[in-house]
Amino acid sequence: MPDSPCLENPMLRKLQALALQLIDPLLSLAELILIPIQRVIGTNRMGYIFVLPNLVIFGVFILLPMLLNFYFGFTRGDSILPENRDWVGNQNLATLLTCEDYLNYRTCEEDLFWRSAGNTATYVVFEVMGVVLFSLITALSLNQKVRGRGFFRGVFFYPVLLSPVVVALIWKWILQHQNGVINSILVALGGEKIPFLVDPNWSFFWVVVIGIWAQMGFYTLILLAGLQAIPNEYYEAAAIDGANPWAKFWYLTLPLLMPTMTVVLVLSLIRAVQVFDTVFVLTGGGPGTATLYIIQYIYQKAFDLREYGMAASASLVLAVVLFALTMMQLLARRRENTGLETHG
Amino acid sequence: MKIRLFFVFAVLIVAFGLIQAQDTPPVELRFTWYNDGNEGEALEKLLTQFEEANPGIDVIVDTVAYGDLHTTLQTQVEAGDPPDLARITDVARFAGSYLDLSEYSANAEAYTENFPAQVLASLRAEGDETGIYGFPTQFTITAPFINVTLFEQAGIEIPDGSETTWPEWIALATEVAQATETPYAVAIEPRGHRFWGFSIPFGATYVNEDGSFTVDTEGFRAAAGEIQRWHEEGITPPEIWATTDLQVARDAFINGQVVLLYSGSFVLQQFDAAIGDTFDWRVIPNPQPEEGGVRTGIPGGAVAVAFAGTEHPEEVAMLMDFLSSADALRQFSAETLFIPGHLGLIEEGIEYPNQNDNLNTLLAEIPLISDQAYALQYSPYTFVLNPAITSRMSQVIAGELTLDDALIAIQEEMDTKIAEAQAAAMATPTPTP
Amino acid sequence: MDNALSREPVTPARGILAFLTRLRGGQRFSFTDTLTYAYLILGTIVMFGPVVWLAMSSFKTPQALAEFPPSFLPQRTETIVVEGHDRPLELYTVRFESGQTRQLAQISRVGIVARMVDPAVPNEVIEVNINQRTPVRSVVFGFENYTGAIERFPFLTYLRNSVVVTVISTIITLLINSMAAFGLSKYQFRGRNLIFFVILSTLMVPVSVILIPAFLVIAEVGWINSLWGIIIPGAATPTGVFLLRQYMLTIPDELLDSARVDGASEWRIYWQVVLPLAGPALAVLAIFSVMWRWNDFLWPLIVLSRSELFTLQVGLNAFQGELNTQWNYILAMTVLTLLPITVVFALLQRYITTGIATTGMK
Repeated sequence: MPDSPCLENPMLRKLQALALQLIDPLLSLAELILIPIQRVIGTNRMGYIFVLPNLVIFGVFILLPMLLNFYFGFTRGDSILPENRDWVGNQNLATLLTCEDYLNYRTCEEDLFWRSAGNTATYVVFEVMGVVLFSLITALSLNQKVRGRGFFRGVFFYPVLLSPVVVALIWKWILQHQNGVINSILVALGGEKIPFLVDPNWSFFWVVVIGIWAQMGFYTLILLAGLQAIPNEYYEAAAIDGANPWAKFWYLTLPLLMPTMTVVLVLSLIRAVQVFDTVFVLTGGGPGTATLYIIQYIYQKAFDLREYGMAASASLVLAVVLFALTMMQLLARRRENTGLETHG
Repeated sequence: MKIRLFFVFAVLIVAFGLIQAQDTPPVELRFTWYNDGNEGEALEKLLTQFEEANPGIDVIVDTVAYGDLHTTLQTQVEAGDPPDLARITDVARFAGSYLDLSEYSANAEAYTENFPAQVLASLRAEGDETGIYGFPTQFTITAPFINVTLFEQAGIEIPDGSETTWPEWIALATEVAQATETPYAVAIEPRGHRFWGFSIPFGATYVNEDGSFTVDTEGFRAAAGEIQRWHEEGITPPEIWATTDLQVARDAFINGQVVLLYSGSFVLQQFDAAIGDTFDWRVIPNPQPEEGGVRTGIPGGAVAVAFAGTEHPEEVAMLMDFLSSADALRQFSAETLFIPGHLGLIEEGIEYPNQNDNLNTLLAEIPLISDQAYALQYSPYTFVLNPAITSRMSQVIAGELTLDDALIAIQEEMDTKIAEAQAAAMATPTPTP
Repeated sequence: MDNALSREPVTPARGILAFLTRLRGGQRFSFTDTLTYAYLILGTIVMFGPVVWLAMSSFKTPQALAEFPPSFLPQRTETIVVEGHDRPLELYTVRFESGQTRQLAQISRVGIVARMVDPAVPNEVIEVNINQRTPVRSVVFGFENYTGAIERFPFLTYLRNSVVVTVISTIITLLINSMAAFGLSKYQFRGRNLIFFVILSTLMVPVSVILIPAFLVIAEVGWINSLWGIIIPGAATPTGVFLLRQYMLTIPDELLDSARVDGASEWRIYWQVVLPLAGPALAVLAIFSVMWRWNDFLWPLIVLSRSELFTLQVGLNAFQGELNTQWNYILAMTVLTLLPITVVFALLQRYITTGIATTGMK
C-alpha cells in the first residue's frame, strides 16, 4: 500500500469520516436492495452491478454520441437529426483527403483541414518539447534541497487550475499591442512595441508559451514523483565513484527517469493535439490561419458553416490519430505501469 | 440512524430543488437576445409595459454573446427545443422553424402593411408566400465614420460628400493622420458584409441575374488591393484583420486612433455613449463610386422572430403584436438610436434624443441602396459568403494566400453550398405549409 | 499558500534573505543552489506574474487601463470639480514653454491637443500640447470595476450554479467511477475486458468534436436548459475509472476475502473495505473533477441558454460579448471567476500537489 499523503492530515481525515458517516445510511439502504440481488446472481456477477451506473451514463452520453458522430461522418445535409441526413458513403472523407500535392495545403480540396492539421503538428512538436523541457528543469530544481519547496510546487501548479477562457483573457490583456505589459517592458528596455497577435510567428510563439505555461505544473509533479522514486543509494554510489553532477544527471537520473518521461511525453502529446479553447479566445485562429488548429476547424465547420458531415468525418480522422496515440500510451503504460492523465 | 437518514434526504431534496426551476407563473415566455449597445435596457422597459398590461405573462430575456447567438439557436432549433422568441440577424437561417403569426395574431395585416416585403419574405421557407414570421427590430445600413476633431486640428476641410470617392476620402484621412500624429488613417470592420459595401463602389458585383454567384470581379480585386495597401503602408490598425475582431476596429475609433472607420448605423449608440464629448465625430454619406461601380451602403438589421413549437402561441403573438406596434418601436428606436424597420415610422420620422444629424445622414442612404446590396443581404447564401470573405481576406492580408487563390476558394465554397442546397431541395420537396 | 513553509519555523530576525539562502541540510550555498533559486524565483514571476498583473489591473480606472506605459500599482489621476462642468475633471501639471508650471484641469483631449482650464479661472480655456502635461496621480485600489461588474452580471446566481454543478457532479463521479473501478478490478466476469477497453479507447476524444450528437442525446432526454444536462454526462469520466482501477489493483484481494469470510456482502466490502483504502486516489479524482466542472465551458454554453442557469464560465463569456471590450469590467469579472478555485487551492495546496504526484505514480 502506498502512503496516503492526503490522510496524514487530521482535518482531511475527519472530513472523510464525516462524509462517510453522512452517506452511511444511504449506502445501508443500497445494501438492503443489493443483498438479494447478490444471492440471485452470485458473487462474481456483482461486477456487472458495480459497473452498471457508470456504464449506462457512459453509454448514453459518450458512446452513443460517438457512434452518431461516426454515422454523421458518412452523411450530408443541414439537419442534425440522423433520420433527415443523406447517406453519401465515403464522399466526405474523400473530399477531406484529396490533394493535388500533399506537401502544399493550398492544393487540397479542403485546404483549411490540411492547414489546421499541419499547424497542429507544428504546435504539438514545439509545445511538447517545451513542456517536457521546462517541467524537467522545474522538477530537477524542486528535487534539490530547496527551502519552500511546497510553495514553489504550488506556484508552478497554479495555472493548471485556471479555465481556458480565463487563461486566454489573462494573456490577451498582457499581450495587448498598445498598452500591454510585455510591450511596455520591451519599450523600457529600449525596444519597440511589437504587435504580437498580428505577426504569424509571434502569435505562434505566444500560443506555444501559453500552452506550456498553463500545463507544465502538472507534468512537473509527475516528474518530481519520478525523481523522488529513484533510490538515494544510487547517487551515493555514484558519489563514491567520483561522478560530477552532470555525469550523475546524464548517466543516472535521466535513464532512471525515462519511464516517467515517456508517460509525460505521451500525455502532453495527446493534450497538445486537442488544443482549442484558449487559442480560440485569444487569436481566433489568426492572423490569417496561422493559429488555426484542428479542433477549431471542426468546430467552425459544424457551427459556422453547418457542414456537420464534413466536421464529423474530420473528427473521425482525428479520432484515428488520437486512438493511435492512446495505444502508444497504453503500451508505454504497460511497460512502465505508471501515469495519469488530465483529460476528463 | 433515522435522524441521519432524514438529514440526508433533506439535503438531497434541497439540492434537487436548487436545480429545478423556480416557481413559474402561468405563462413564461423566453426571449433570446443579444446586445450591440443599450437595446437590452430598452427592451426591458417595453416588456415591463407589456407585463403590466398582461399580468399572467412573464417574459424572460436570455442575453447571449452575439458570437454564440446563431450557434446556440441552431442547436436548439434542430433539437426541437427553441426559445419562444429570438432576435437574430441571419434571418433566413431558421426558415421553416418559425411560428406563423398570421394564425395567431389579432392583427396580422399590420405586419404586411408596416414592414418591408423583402424582410418578411426572407423569413419564409421556399414555396411559402404568405406566412408572417417576425418583424425587423431595426434597419441597419453601412457607412463611414470620421473623427471631425482630427480634421479640424489638421486644418483640412471636410468635403460635403456628394462628390467624394473612396480614394479621395482615404487620401484625406491619411493627410489628417499625418498632420495630427494619429497612428492610423483608415479602418474597415473585418466582415464580409462590410467588404461588400466597400467593394461595390469599386465595381464589384456578386449575385448574378439567375441567382448564382460570381466572386471574382475587377471591383473585388481593386477593393481587396486597396485594403492590402493600407496594411503594407501601415495606415490601418493591423490587429483588426489579424484577429477579425469587430470590437478592435471600434475601439480604435473610440480611442481616437483612426481617422476614418467604415462601419454602420449599428454602432451609433455605442459610439455616442463611449466617445461622449471626448471628440467630435460624424457619419459621412457613402462615397461616390469609381468608374463601373455603384454608390451604396449594405442594408441589414435584426429581426425578432417567434419559433413554432412554442407552448403559448397566442401569448407569443400578443407580445409580437405589442413589440411591432408603432408606439413600441418609436420608443425603442429613440432610446437605442436605431433606424426603425417600420415603414410608417420611417415616413413620420423619429425624435431622437441626440445624434439627429448622423441619423438623418444614414436615413438618406436608405433610398440609395442598390439592387446588388439588397440581393446580397437577403440571399439564403449570405451566411456562407460573409464568413468566407472574412476568413479568406484575413488570409490574404496575413500573406498566406494570394488574392487569386482566395477568390477561387471563396467561389468554391459558394458553389459547393449552393449545389448541396439544390440537391437537397430536389430530394425532399419542401412541404407546403 | 505556503503550508509547506509553515512547517519549518523561520526565526523572524533572519528575514527573507536568510530564509531563502539557508539550505535544508545546512550545507554551503553553492553555484548550483544559486542557479536553482534563480530559476525558481524567475519561474514564480512567470507563473504568478500574469495573474498578479490581471488582479492589479482590475483595480484601475478605464483611463489608467488605456495608458502607456502602464503602472504596476493601480494609480488614478486626481480629479477636481470645476464650475461649469458636470463631471469632475482630471488634474494635470502643465509645463509651459516659458518654464512656468501650473496645475490645470483637462476638459478633453484629441490627437495632440488637450483643452484645459485653470480650476481658479473656469471660463478661460487653454489649449496645451499633450507632451507638456503630466497627470497628478495617487495609488488607489478602487472597487468600482467590481461593483459595476456585479451590477451588470448576476454573479451570485452564476456562482450558485457553478457550485451546485461542481459539487453534485463531483459526488456522482466519485460514486459511480469508484463502483465501476471496483467492479473492473476485483471481479472476473464476461465482457469485463471489453468494457474496460471501450472506456479506455474514448479516453482521448475531446468533447468538442462530439458536441452536436451529444447535444442531440441531451435533447432526447429533455435536459436542455437543465443543470442535470451538464452534471450527468460529465460524470462517467473514463479518466476517473482508469485512475481508480489502477489504484484498486494494488489493494490485496486477501483483504476482500477475509471480509467475505466474516460475512460481509459485496456492497459492504466496496464501501467499508475498498473505498476507505482508495482514499488518496479518490481525493485526486475529486480535485480533478472539481477542476473540470468548474472550468467547463463549451458544453454548458451549448446546453444552457437560460441566463438564470448560466455557470460562471458561460456568464463570463456572455458578459464579454455584451460589454465588447470594456476591459475594466472584464478584468474584474475574470478575477471574481478565478477567486474561488484559487482560495480552495491555497488552502489545500500541499495535499493537492503531493496527492497528485504520489497517486499518479501508482
